[in-house]
Amino acid sequence: MAERVIYASYDDDELLKNGAKKLVASGVHISDVFSPFPIHGIDPIIGVKHTRLGIVSFILGLSGLMLSIVGFKVLMIDDWPMNIGGKPNFSLMENFPAFVPIAFEFTVLFAAHGMAVIYLLRNKTLPGMPADNPYPRTTDDRFVMEIRMSDNNGLSASEIHAKLKETSVIEIEEKDYVVIK
Amino acid sequence: MHKESAIREPLILGHKTYHDITEDVCRSIEGKAPKAWYIMLGIAMLVGLYGVGCIVYLLGTGIGTWGLNKTVQWAWDITNFVWWVGIGHAGTLISAVLLLFRQRWRMAINRSAEAMTIFAVFMAGLFPLIHMGRLWVGYWVMPIPNQFGSLWVNFNSPLLWDVFAISTYLSVSLVFWYIGLIPDFATIRDRAKSPVAKKAYSIMSFGWSGRAKHWNRFEIVSLVLAGLATPLVFSVHSIVSFDFATSVIPGWHTTIFPPYFVAGAVFSGFAMVQTLMLILRKGMKLEAYIHTRHIEYMNIVIMVTGSIVGVAYLTELFISWYSGVEYESYAFINRATGPYWWAYWSMMTCNVISPQLMWIRKLRRSLLFTFFISIVVNIGMWFERFVIIVTSIHRDYLPSAWSMFYPTWVDIGIFVGTLGLFFSFYLLFARYFPVLAISEVKTIVKISGESYKNGTAPGHNSHH
Repeated sequence: MAERVIYASYDDDELLKNGAKKLVASGVHISDVFSPFPIHGIDPIIGVKHTRLGIVSFILGLSGLMLSIVGFKVLMIDDWPMNIGGKPNFSLMENFPAFVPIAFEFTVLFAAHGMAVIYLLRNKTLPGMPADNPYPRTTDDRFVMEIRMSDNNGLSASEIHAKLKETSVIEIEEKDYVVIK
Repeated sequence: MHKESAIREPLILGHKTYHDITEDVCRSIEGKAPKAWYIMLGIAMLVGLYGVGCIVYLLGTGIGTWGLNKTVQWAWDITNFVWWVGIGHAGTLISAVLLLFRQRWRMAINRSAEAMTIFAVFMAGLFPLIHMGRLWVGYWVMPIPNQFGSLWVNFNSPLLWDVFAISTYLSVSLVFWYIGLIPDFATIRDRAKSPVAKKAYSIMSFGWSGRAKHWNRFEIVSLVLAGLATPLVFSVHSIVSFDFATSVIPGWHTTIFPPYFVAGAVFSGFAMVQTLMLILRKGMKLEAYIHTRHIEYMNIVIMVTGSIVGVAYLTELFISWYSGVEYESYAFINRATGPYWWAYWSMMTCNVISPQLMWIRKLRRSLLFTFFISIVVNIGMWFERFVIIVTSIHRDYLPSAWSMFYPTWVDIGIFVGTLGLFFSFYLLFARYFPVLAISEVKTIVKISGESYKNGTAPGHNSHH
């Protein structure tokens, strides 16, 4: 049997958040929330962990910095040292002030693009990917909770329906869960 | 929810629901374009095409078609390069620096200002490329394993720093802009009726669905990119100024160049934002989102950066005298009283005097006056670069080598052409892209929307 899922729609971010608080307090597990903009404060309620993309970006930035320094050493110091305008390339340290601008640019280049690429991969948002929001209006003015039955083993569908109706929900729909991506 | 002081002017006028915001932004994308849009695009494309023609002629014939001579080896092209890069500073400043400072008024203008940035940097990048003469070997500026000889590119040269700075700036701005666009493209996708539009926006939205975890990542990515873009903005124009400041030419060899160029860039960038935004809000009926409060804030930025630029001009003058170096002093006397005096005094009038009028509240809140000053500042900032570049080198150490620079029709044609290309890109953007950050504006409507601030929003009180 296909997995069942309940979609509960709200027309306001605050109302969804208040509803989510009540539901979670009564033991319902909310699998996901779809919204047209970030709902501040929803993550701890439904148990979404904080992203680690910031750390990723930091590490990538450091890699860019290292790579640029290795590049200066190999290209300008070891392979073909030049004396340009009295700025001799015989030592990396002595020549480093002239390398600071590019070292900085490389750090930013790697940190920004690396993070952006990983962000898109982790979100599974890439050119040509299908969208999997349950209703088209979730990118306009609808805020939708996704409650998967497999995440709520102790509760029956009708119990969840009853709990949802205590919140300011405007529409509840139960259907088969389809994995799009 | 964050609260905003009741006495602050609202950022969004009237009563807007989430759906209204979607409608207001999507209207111009989904509806038919007005006749004026076609006329403007037609003119811009014709002018742009003329510029492309001039570039082709330049590449086919050679740099000799420019008005350069052996004394003035850098003139019109580098002036245009610096001018366009300067304009390209406001967008990222608005979206990155103002994001870090949590300035909510940026949300109405960041999208279109960033688009302006990207198109302006395109135009800027064109000039050094065509100045190479042989455009097709432009990739030699990259540190590629070289089979062309044993030399590598010179990492000591500010010109190479420029290559890295401009390309990093362009690509990071583009990514920053696009990441913000993805959720808004998804909004358009989910509303699109025609299959072509649906397909196109579906590809461009990358399959965005607005899950909680995705928004969580979105916010961190925006914040970190803003944090990275902020020093990047300052570094780019600093490095552009190094092209001059690290030389030993009197008039160029100035340690205040980096901050002075950055202030000038922000100054000219905001002026261009004003020019574009005042037309955009009218043409696309976005008066509720971009109104006097936004215009006034931008005018204050223009006033502050204009004053910094003014102080820099006066500092330069003082130091040229105080240095006791006669060549340095002469470079500045020649600027003000030499054959290019008119360029110098146009620069002074447009950049030092005109922004000071913004101290008067009535003037800085007047849209017509703002539009006028924004054009004046754009002209003044073009002259600033012309003055710095041409008047510093046209009279060098050897009076027998003194000469003048006069632009040829190719010089002028290419510059006018980049204006045409820029406006073509901008008009296409305004037609097919969401010009307001839909998802971001929705987050401030309850905080700073007029109807929510004065309590007239229907059903609002029940939410608290």
